Amino acid sequence: MLNRTAENVARATPEPLARKVRGISDKGLAWLFISPTILLLLAINIFPLFWAIYLSFTNFRANRPNEVVKNLGFANYQRILGDQDIWIAMQTTAHFVFWTILLQTLIGFTLAWLIDRKFRGHAFWTTLILVPMMLSPAVVGNFWRFLYEPQIGLFSYVISFVSGIPPTSIQMLSNVSLAPWSIIIVDTWMWTPYVMLICLAGLRSIPEYIYEAAEVDRASNWRQFWSITLPMALPFIMLAVLFRGIENFKMFDMVNLLTGGGPGSTTEVASITLKRQAFESWRTGYSSAFAIILFVAVFGLANIYVKALNKVKQR
Amino acid sequence: MKSSLKLALGLASAIAASTAVSNAAHAEDLTLCWAAWDPANALVELSKDFTKETGIGMKFEFVPWTNYADRFLNELNSHGKLCDLIIGDSQWIGGAAENGHYVKLNDFFDKEKISMDDFVPATVVGYSEWPKNTPNYWALPAMGDVVGWTYRKDWFSKPELQKEFKEKYGWDLGPPATFDQLKQIAEFFQKRQIDGKTVYGASIYTERGSEGITMGAMDVLYSYGFQYENPKKPYEMEGFVNSEKSVKGLEFYKALYDCCTPPGASNSYMGEGVDAFKSGQVAMHMNFAFTWPGLQKDENVGGDKIGYFVNPKGPDGDQFAQLGGQGISVVSYSDKHESALKYIKWFANKDVQAKWWSLGGYSCLNAVVKDPKFPASQPYAQAFLDSMAIVKDFWAEPSYAPLLQASQKRFHDYVVAGQGSAKDALDGLVKDWTQVFQDDGKM
Repeated sequence: MLNRTAENVARATPEPLARKVRGISDKGLAWLFISPTILLLLAINIFPLFWAIYLSFTNFRANRPNEVVKNLGFANYQRILGDQDIWIAMQTTAHFVFWTILLQTLIGFTLAWLIDRKFRGHAFWTTLILVPMMLSPAVVGNFWRFLYEPQIGLFSYVISFVSGIPPTSIQMLSNVSLAPWSIIIVDTWMWTPYVMLICLAGLRSIPEYIYEAAEVDRASNWRQFWSITLPMALPFIMLAVLFRGIENFKMFDMVNLLTGGGPGSTTEVASITLKRQAFESWRTGYSSAFAIILFVAVFGLANIYVKALNKVKQR
Repeated sequence: MKSSLKLALGLASAIAASTAVSNAAHAEDLTLCWAAWDPANALVELSKDFTKETGIGMKFEFVPWTNYADRFLNELNSHGKLCDLIIGDSQWIGGAAENGHYVKLNDFFDKEKISMDDFVPATVVGYSEWPKNTPNYWALPAMGDVVGWTYRKDWFSKPELQKEFKEKYGWDLGPPATFDQLKQIAEFFQKRQIDGKTVYGASIYTERGSEGITMGAMDVLYSYGFQYENPKKPYEMEGFVNSEKSVKGLEFYKALYDCCTPPGASNSYMGEGVDAFKSGQVAMHMNFAFTWPGLQKDENVGGDKIGYFVNPKGPDGDQFAQLGGQGISVVSYSDKHESALKYIKWFANKDVQAKWWSLGGYSCLNAVVKDPKFPASQPYAQAFLDSMAIVKDFWAEPSYAPLLQASQKRFHDYVVAGQGSAKDALDGLVKDWTQVFQDDGKM
């Protein structure tokens, strides 16, 4: 069937074009087809990357195009690695990534496990749970800022109602200890459905006969969960963790909208610091070096993680 | 058939001709870039006269304050042709002049007999000159602005509150003359019930992202004795930026934030301040003078209910205020220098400046602000005049952006997040600023 289609295509090719193409090997033809994509990728991905690497060794500042660009060697990298503020931003990022992933995985998997049971109206609940994920981060950030508002915010009123603390004392975005958690809560609210979807796909991929065999062996529900459900869904969970980890490592929009990195620098994650250095302080060379460090860190960690994921899948 | 063909041809030529005329007119249109705020609306209104007089159409590109610097500095740095005229922030002048973004206006001023002596001196230094205090002009002072205060006159004049205040503090409740008095008033109103509503002492600048907390803290620090550098040795900051007096000033700002601001006011700038005042949350409100015309007209808090006062004195009697405002410049990358300069010439005219003030803009022309009728022309006119006489501005160096980011971080870390001490914050600021000037090869 496939051969016949190929023959038809060959027959339909105009003779002058066919004559030209006839001399090209299959490999050459393949290159011909993918070269536009490769050129586009080179232009918008690879070239900027190499350009950023070049800039990272210079003192270039985008707001001073007329200034002589000096080669600084590794000075930018040395300065970044010795900069206490950068390390604090990295710690803040790590804290944020750790807690969001932990909460999203726990809640997401639990929701997937519950949704996986067939119950009345489960399609409705699934759709409802997915709603936050479908919203724009800009919308989510703005309306949560209102919800957190100490004087008029619903969140503050609910917490006040439950705890008895006056709502004006619940300053989620202004309080140094609460501000990081305010972002974690919003990110968890928004992205748990995404983790749930991936986990649900994992749970649905487990063949029913394995559970039937376990039933025959009189395995308890708990035993079935630990010995069948969790191990077989683990590659999916790990995939969700990988996606969320990479996303949250470069999280910018939500933090920028909710706290702008404040109060002080309490919620200043690496991407906010990078933006400030690059587009507010205009230290282009310095910020390029920082971007390269972040890229290497994410790339390295993701590689290690993917290797672990492959091992789990092979088990 | 013939007649319909003629009609069709006639119509086609008419359309072609009108398109050509309209294209020619559009080619002459000028685009003016500025921040999206009340004075910009007044300028749109004012500029209609320019179009009427010259036939040159005006287009406007207004960007909210939070993105104003990012957007237009990107535009200038990329040598964009979007803006023919730009009303750029006062701190941009050094960078814009040194990087060739603005057209130098000296020859034009000489030719058109526009004298900088005709403008309020502080605005000439602040908005037009680079290097500062030299006759090198890159902008025409366009919008005078300064940080000052508004207060709830109606609350201040309540007899029961006046009595209670006098008993508690021993002086009459009224616009404060010193920062200590300001704090006493703020404490007095904090969490007080007025007309069945909980109100708070003061709204001050605490914004982290752009320039808010720096503008607010500096407004206090200047009057406490803060100096950017050794007046005798440029760029020597140790002992000036972090002097004992500066430390006291920053401690005061934090104390004011801690004691007397509304809950959640940890990222407050111009818009949030106006909201807090308009919604009747605060007794006093720190903000740039450009907000005053709008507040004066407000049905709930304007009219007789609002009063204005100049930034109070520090402990040693020094009194300064943070300069705001901008000058209007011709963008060097524009292809329409001639028309843009025509606009500047028109804008410098006395009658235009008088109308500018009447529409809600703040003129910097002496002939307008020194007019004997000026102080009585608006309830806030005197406070504006007095404030403009005591202004100081932030660094206007080409590296103003990293200098500003450093102060934003140091001030917010201390004042809002409560990390470290005021001395730590200012010592850190000296370190950061020294690094910036060393990178620039100035130290």
